[in-house]
Amino acid sequence: MSLAGFEVEVQREVDGALATEDMTLSMGPQHPSTHGVLRFVVRADGEVMKEAIPDIGYLHRSIEKIAEKVGWHGFIPYTDRVDYVAAMFCNHGWAMAVEKLAGIEVPRRAEYCRVIADELCRIHSHLLSVGSMAMDIGAFTPFTHAIREREYLNDLFEELCGARLTFHYMRIGGVGWDLPPGWAEKVRRFLDRFEPIIEEYDRLISYNKIYAERLANVAVITPEEAIDYNLVGPNLRGSGVRYDVRRDDPYSVYPELEFDVPVGRGEMGTVGDCFDRYIVRMREMQQSCRIIRQCLDRLPDGPVIAKVPRNLKPPPGDCYVRIESARGDMGWYVVSDGTAFPHRCKIRTGSFAAISIIPKVSRNLMIADLIAVIASLDLVAPEIDR
Amino acid sequence: MQAFVDGLIARGAVPAGVPVWAVYLGAMLVFGGIVVFGFVLPIAGITTWVERRIMGRMQSRIGPNRTGPIGFLQWLADGIKNLLKEDIVPKAADAPLFKLAPYIVMTGFVGTFAALPFSSALIVADLNVGILYVTAVTALVVVGILMAGWASNNKWSLLGGVRSAAQIVSYEIPAGLSIFPIVLLTGSLSMQTIIARQGWAPWAWNLFENPFTFLAFFVFFISALAEGNRTPFDLPEAESELVAGFATEYSGMRNLLFFMAEWGNLYVIGAIATTLFLGGWRIPWALDDAPVLRAVLELATFFAKAYTVGVLLPIWLRWTLPRIRVDQMMTMCWKYLVPLAFVNLLGTAAWMVAFPAGVPAVRAALVVLVAGLALAFLWRVRFHVRNARLTRRHLSFNPLSTARVPW
Amino acid sequence: MPALEPAAIHAQLRRRFGEAVGDLVGSGRDASATVAPAVLPDVCRFLKTDPALAFDCLSNLSGVDYPKRNVIQVVYHLFSYRHRHWCVLKVDANRDAPVVPTVSHLWSHANWQEREVFDLLGVTFEGHPDLRRILMPEDWPGHPLRKDFVEPEEYHGIVTSRESLLKP
Repeated sequence: MSLAGFEVEVQREVDGALATEDMTLSMGPQHPSTHGVLRFVVRADGEVMKEAIPDIGYLHRSIEKIAEKVGWHGFIPYTDRVDYVAAMFCNHGWAMAVEKLAGIEVPRRAEYCRVIADELCRIHSHLLSVGSMAMDIGAFTPFTHAIREREYLNDLFEELCGARLTFHYMRIGGVGWDLPPGWAEKVRRFLDRFEPIIEEYDRLISYNKIYAERLANVAVITPEEAIDYNLVGPNLRGSGVRYDVRRDDPYSVYPELEFDVPVGRGEMGTVGDCFDRYIVRMREMQQSCRIIRQCLDRLPDGPVIAKVPRNLKPPPGDCYVRIESARGDMGWYVVSDGTAFPHRCKIRTGSFAAISIIPKVSRNLMIADLIAVIASLDLVAPEIDR
Repeated sequence: MQAFVDGLIARGAVPAGVPVWAVYLGAMLVFGGIVVFGFVLPIAGITTWVERRIMGRMQSRIGPNRTGPIGFLQWLADGIKNLLKEDIVPKAADAPLFKLAPYIVMTGFVGTFAALPFSSALIVADLNVGILYVTAVTALVVVGILMAGWASNNKWSLLGGVRSAAQIVSYEIPAGLSIFPIVLLTGSLSMQTIIARQGWAPWAWNLFENPFTFLAFFVFFISALAEGNRTPFDLPEAESELVAGFATEYSGMRNLLFFMAEWGNLYVIGAIATTLFLGGWRIPWALDDAPVLRAVLELATFFAKAYTVGVLLPIWLRWTLPRIRVDQMMTMCWKYLVPLAFVNLLGTAAWMVAFPAGVPAVRAALVVLVAGLALAFLWRVRFHVRNARLTRRHLSFNPLSTARVPW
Repeated sequence: MPALEPAAIHAQLRRRFGEAVGDLVGSGRDASATVAPAVLPDVCRFLKTDPALAFDCLSNLSGVDYPKRNVIQVVYHLFSYRHRHWCVLKVDANRDAPVVPTVSHLWSHANWQEREVFDLLGVTFEGHPDLRRILMPEDWPGHPLRKDFVEPEEYHGIVTSRESLLKP
């Protein structure tokens, strides 16, 4: 175990005649509940942690550098891998950034297809998040139920774009394929089945006394701290800040859609604890169902992709676009120098900021609570390391 | 068993000249072997299969269904596989302790079967301190787990082992205190005597004797779950945190021994609960002239009760409830269960003084209460029971697949 | 208080810091101003603490390598949750020895973002409490995101290139 750079101060206390020492544990990189390849160096006094320092970089694949080599269109499959749990958002963010730089206008039908795909992907990602969180806390059954629902979504996505995980659905200027015939009906059937299941989930695990006791008042993040560390998405809304990029800085066709933005209200403990972040995700899934139904009702006809030159050369300049991904607002800062290859693409993800708040928030928590915190912040390693 | 062996000696089935203690020793080994290899190990193995099937259905999936009909031979396959696996002893581990730990845990587990009754005639040793012996022997498991956690030379195993030791030792107290009311009622520690005092009918069980023994059953059940390292108290082997806790570094046969001990322990918990609270092997008919039939019926009764309370109920709980945290577990034990157990003990003593023959009205009221709850529960879940069959149609949107999932 | 346009914010900065704040380039939300490294902490502190501006969130901090201009540019996207307005600052650092003052004492998000820019581009942030590599291993030579980065032949005995599988 390499502790280079992590010289933690091990404190020796001499208590009477018994010298006690803090224990340094390495949680990861292989661990059942670090949500990817993450590592935490934990200095603990028995069960109580004094410090939990994250060590990232195990999943660094230099995606940003690859952008400079593969060109504007060729980068889209790589964006799937930036956050493979919620790949549609990454596609969409990149496409939005390039369209803004090149001044491309996206057809209306394509925008609606994008929103439908985005919201289905949000449900997809949140199911995995709440399922893994339940599993980490020890309830294995809700995880399998969440995966069961995800299988329906996987079938839908497979029919739409041929893939179950890394979709590569969106293109610069629109989407890759139109909605297959009969697909909209299948989505409606899925939503009819799924909305009661969220309530079933609530009955099974959300308000279960043991579950609530494990999550309430654990790792409370105040709104000021959340903004200071640039926490985004459900993490931010769980702390009570009512900010959603879809509502407050809208893109695509969100201005025409009606939906609520759930925030944490401290139902089981304090505002900003793990339970709030969890319940915000559950409620967001319900709102996504609403959005999808509205989109399906209003779907216009028309082309699904604009005419974009194959050898795209956006004029020199830079732009910064944000998209409300499942993990919060994902920022894409793209610099173009007028050639067929991006000059720089910087992806600012929600999990990167979320993991940086863990050393602060995990002081005097137990090791079991660290698991709950990691799960409630919905960290995914590919987003952190890119 | 002793009476049986004495009978054999009296009838001359044993060659003369063999000292009595040797005959007893031989008989103990034989009967112990029958119980262990014929009952304990298969039960531990089959319980894994039962758990995996029930777990699967609760999780909208099937469970093992390939090895043998409905996957029944899965446990056998797993056992053979574990025997054949490479035996890894980590280089920096404390080898003697590392190798000894699983055997101590198994000893703590198998040793209880010497005093567990199976029917009125089938018990290896009807000790006059039966229940005390059982409680004491199960505590050996703590030593084994601590050894495993320490000797693995792995901080996570150490955490798991220490957590487990703290948990088991703490929950011994409410468990023991919940056994006392029954001992007070019976006036004896012997298992068979405790069962003999109860009747066959539910209203004659110790469970419904008075409200304090009723509560004592639940305190005992919770404490026994905690002693058996079952969810919601499975912190020592909390998969999501400590991989496998104290058993992380174990592979092959040693690993198998740990987990057989855990699953078999469930049966022991059920057996103790049945003996103390649920009327044991009592059946309605005396059947003095058909000893074999009587033994079979009593064994079936005992096994059914012990298995339901000890295995099926904990399996159900395990796959429904999350896991509680160490400090919450300790709080629950010391601040809630121990005072409640003391109240039960004092209450039972007071009840015995006030009503030496018991109060039939209270018994009846408790029986009606439990029956009512059971009926209400069954009514509530009838929808789910009816819809419990999984079909392919439910699993996929693919309109072409209409095949039923193979059962 | 209302959200301010980038031009209005830029005007306030110009009034207070003079020529250290460059002209506003670009349009809309991406309009940015280049700030001299020396005044960066003061500019950021002003932007954060002034009640009419109240930029309480550092939304993004990226480094961009411009070898033709011989600078490494650090771009700051600031956002105010209170007023819901944006500000983009750019700082140019000499490519041979890039040094930029830190802003991690103002926004905690900058802590890790600056570590990433240090790791991948080699910019030293003066005053950063814990400047060490974050994504690459501690002993990795060079800064990978630079345009002239050549990866080492091998790292701890692992060869970093491989024969093309397409050649006969």
